[in-house]
Amino acid sequence: MTTTMDPRIPPSRQREKPGQDLKWIGKGIRRVEDPRLLTGRGKYVDDVVLPNSLHAAALGSPHAHARIKSIDVSKARALPGVAAVLTGEDVAKSTGPLPCFSNPPTEQRCVAIDRVRHVGEPVAIVAAESRYVAEDALALIEVEYEELPVVMDAAEAVHATGDAVIHPERGETNVAIHRVFEFGDVDDDFAAADAVIKRKLRWPRSGAQPMETCGATAVFDEGEGKFTIHVNSSMYNYVGWLIAVTLGVPVHKLNLVPTLAGGSFGSKLFIHKVPVIAAVLARECGRPVKYLEDRIDNMTACDHHGSDRIYDCELALDADRRMTSMKCTVIDDYGAYFQFGIGHHGNALSQITGPYQIGSVKVDITAVFTNKCQQGAYRGFGSEVSNYVMERMVDAACAELDLDPVAFRKTNFIQPDQFPYFIPTGNLYDSGNYPAVLDKALDLLDYDGWRQKQKDALAEGRYIGIGLATCQERSVFSSTEFWSLNDEAGFALTSSPEGVSIKIDPTGNAVVSLQAPFWGNSPETMATMVLAEKLTIDPANISITYADTDHGVSGTGPGGSRYTVMLAGAIVGAVDTIKDKLFKIAGHLMEADTADLELRDGAVGLKGVPGKEMTIADLAMQAHFFRLSFPDEPGFDTGLDATTTYDHPLTTMPSEDRKDLGIYYPIMGHMCHMPVVEVDIKTGQVKFLDYVAVHDCGTMVNPKTLAGHIRGGTAQGIGTALYEEYKYDANGQLQNASFMDYLVPTAHEIPANMRIGHVETPSPFTEYGIKGGGEGGRMGAPPALAAAIEDALKPLGVKADFLPLTPAKLRGLIREAEAS
Amino acid sequence: MAKMPVSITVNGQRYEREVDPRLLLSDFIRHEIGLTGTHVGCENGACGVCAVLINGKTGLSCLAFAVQCDGDEIETIESLGTPSDLHPIQEAFWENHGLQCGFCTPAMVLTAHELLSRNASPSRAEIIEAIGGNLCRCTGYQTIVDSIEQAAEQMRAGKEEAA
Repeated sequence: MTTTMDPRIPPSRQREKPGQDLKWIGKGIRRVEDPRLLTGRGKYVDDVVLPNSLHAAALGSPHAHARIKSIDVSKARALPGVAAVLTGEDVAKSTGPLPCFSNPPTEQRCVAIDRVRHVGEPVAIVAAESRYVAEDALALIEVEYEELPVVMDAAEAVHATGDAVIHPERGETNVAIHRVFEFGDVDDDFAAADAVIKRKLRWPRSGAQPMETCGATAVFDEGEGKFTIHVNSSMYNYVGWLIAVTLGVPVHKLNLVPTLAGGSFGSKLFIHKVPVIAAVLARECGRPVKYLEDRIDNMTACDHHGSDRIYDCELALDADRRMTSMKCTVIDDYGAYFQFGIGHHGNALSQITGPYQIGSVKVDITAVFTNKCQQGAYRGFGSEVSNYVMERMVDAACAELDLDPVAFRKTNFIQPDQFPYFIPTGNLYDSGNYPAVLDKALDLLDYDGWRQKQKDALAEGRYIGIGLATCQERSVFSSTEFWSLNDEAGFALTSSPEGVSIKIDPTGNAVVSLQAPFWGNSPETMATMVLAEKLTIDPANISITYADTDHGVSGTGPGGSRYTVMLAGAIVGAVDTIKDKLFKIAGHLMEADTADLELRDGAVGLKGVPGKEMTIADLAMQAHFFRLSFPDEPGFDTGLDATTTYDHPLTTMPSEDRKDLGIYYPIMGHMCHMPVVEVDIKTGQVKFLDYVAVHDCGTMVNPKTLAGHIRGGTAQGIGTALYEEYKYDANGQLQNASFMDYLVPTAHEIPANMRIGHVETPSPFTEYGIKGGGEGGRMGAPPALAAAIEDALKPLGVKADFLPLTPAKLRGLIREAEAS
Repeated sequence: MAKMPVSITVNGQRYEREVDPRLLLSDFIRHEIGLTGTHVGCENGACGVCAVLINGKTGLSCLAFAVQCDGDEIETIESLGTPSDLHPIQEAFWENHGLQCGFCTPAMVLTAHELLSRNASPSRAEIIEAIGGNLCRCTGYQTIVDSIEQAAEQMRAGKEEAA
């Protein structure tokens, strides 16, 4: 608990303390979302069917970098069944650039004008009576291109000039931004170091690739001058209004309606290009238009590729083998546009020193443009990369200085009595117990037992490795991370709220309106559990809806493992309002002082007097229909509902000089991943023998769904570590733009029985002490697997400094090691 | 393109339609007859999300033309349980958290249905083999295997009880 009076830490706004005797929170109940999803009744974006609809398709550029010299759409327009064919110039007559959060912005259009910057970028769009006809029309569009030099190598991109500059309007360079951040006395710490460990590390470009692509159905009502767009995007009640700005209509003339999303993992954080394409065509044709990416569109042009980084790292240690400082130089390949700036590095800097006591850190960041699909969000938003880097450096130190990886970590951990703990960047870790997590993992795995089996196996010529990663799982972002690293802040937003509306109907049932969509997480279950807990009602009496922008309030939605924490905060606030009113009504009817009342099991009762109570259902009927039974005071006005917005529980501003980034990602989870693998040195194949993951996400709301996030995130981390990479050739062609070639793990590639453990260190700042847990698996598995493989191949002296460690690449490393 | 007549039985009901010869079975199911429980993930036969039962065997509806299925019997997810009366396989997926976003789920459930109809007691390895062509990006598969294993158990117990 925070007993500190540190003036840098705002006071906690926590209302519901951890450690209460709880009825619903903490129980692994079945999800309320599931019955309709299991029976095919879930309504995803392609299930929105409006009468008289047209279907759209986009012609993607075959070139990575080219000038558009001319486009002839006459044959396409003449095709029967085609309603409209629009080029970038046609679109630009009514529609502006797509939303961009970097400063200065990069100008991105939903359909390119003059120049294409990556393969798959739309150069023309078609609306037709069917998707089939729309795709026929694409084949009839004739485009003449003048090819420009293609920039694919991030390190070389830094030096590009002339026609190889991808955004000349931003200056004569492909460097999108270069900044050096230094926190603490890095030079002094390195000068005083007893040992310095150096490594070059490579993190590959992969992506979320949810099973459902992005889509939208748009309607333009000419009478009202208003758009309605059904879309599987999140953040529509946060920044969705920017779509209206792009479309050139007042913000209140756009209603964004959410649908279920068939997975996101970040990649549907804020979909802009797809709904704008549908809307532009709907306005042009005067009919509803559906645009759904196909898989190639999604792989080549989804605007959400993951991080793609080259690191040069140095780690300083003192004579006691304590880490004292770290320096990283990183080049990050952002692709053709720059929608979130280097927010991903803000994310990484929130936990850059991991769970360790490291006093200073310096990060030299160069973000470059290349002719690839732009980066967006993918589970971890850049901090999964810094987890990998930190853990790889820890392993390198242990290998080079012959230290035990478990003991070394324990020595360097921030200790449980040191929280709340400021890391050098200025971010705060609210709470944690890292030794407890590590000990639980060691125990669950039977670490010593596996070390013995490893020795025995080696004697038989089998290469078994045990990986260990102890990583941070930051949660609940503050919006300052999106701009604090910019040269100039631009629009320096400081709100990242979550709203909720709760209405109690006259019979005492509750309808909860969420401000963000379902995208594979469990928002309905979370809201139901927290509301049932706080209002003491039965989950069966709660139903959940998703507010569109017309009816919604502020809500940022899932992302950065924030949603459960923020939604719980909003629900607690709303229930407190409803509770006040229930108590007023009950107090009047029962002739009791409201201070003597309590909520118990769906009723308001007199404290200490069993049987003296009124049910919420009776009180709700009174609240809705019997105004004249009550005093003529506003507090008794008809109705029983509340709309509450919960702001970030703990955030502060960065300093002007950015020597201190402020508190911006403080709800700090932690994890320990321990895979056991066997590497077949003849084929390079990696097989799982065991896998243990222990996570600390504070107070657990639902252990069943949290374990689901951990397993699913780990499967994605396995993909990142062993299989997945968008492979572009030197001409900018994406060579594996299908699931035949871009290898998402199947049931065969994951551990047969991954075992999950939990430690609960509640947050002193959030309701009930909940922390986020949506991204963790993918933030821990990659470094743990790299470590396991390196450990297996230790007898051969193989170093694994890059991902993905595919069989072919591992064979290459083994061959090299055997030759030397 | 001249339309062609097809007669396809879906979930026990016969549908007679005139369709383009290039109309995919997935689009026939989703758009011609409006059964949107069958989802589409890649349209090139690599993800398994669109699987349905064609004459009792799982098949990818994005790799078949509707006209190829003239006279066939198709089963989609809508033929199993309803939200208030789940099939034991669906019940087991619910109990074991065998789904998250739900997009791959109908195909997973149908694949399990086919497996259990020919093998009442599959091993975990046989379950993994059966769903090896169905991608799921959410769950990491383990709870899906758990679900199918438990469904098999319950269905066996149910049969014994009935006997």
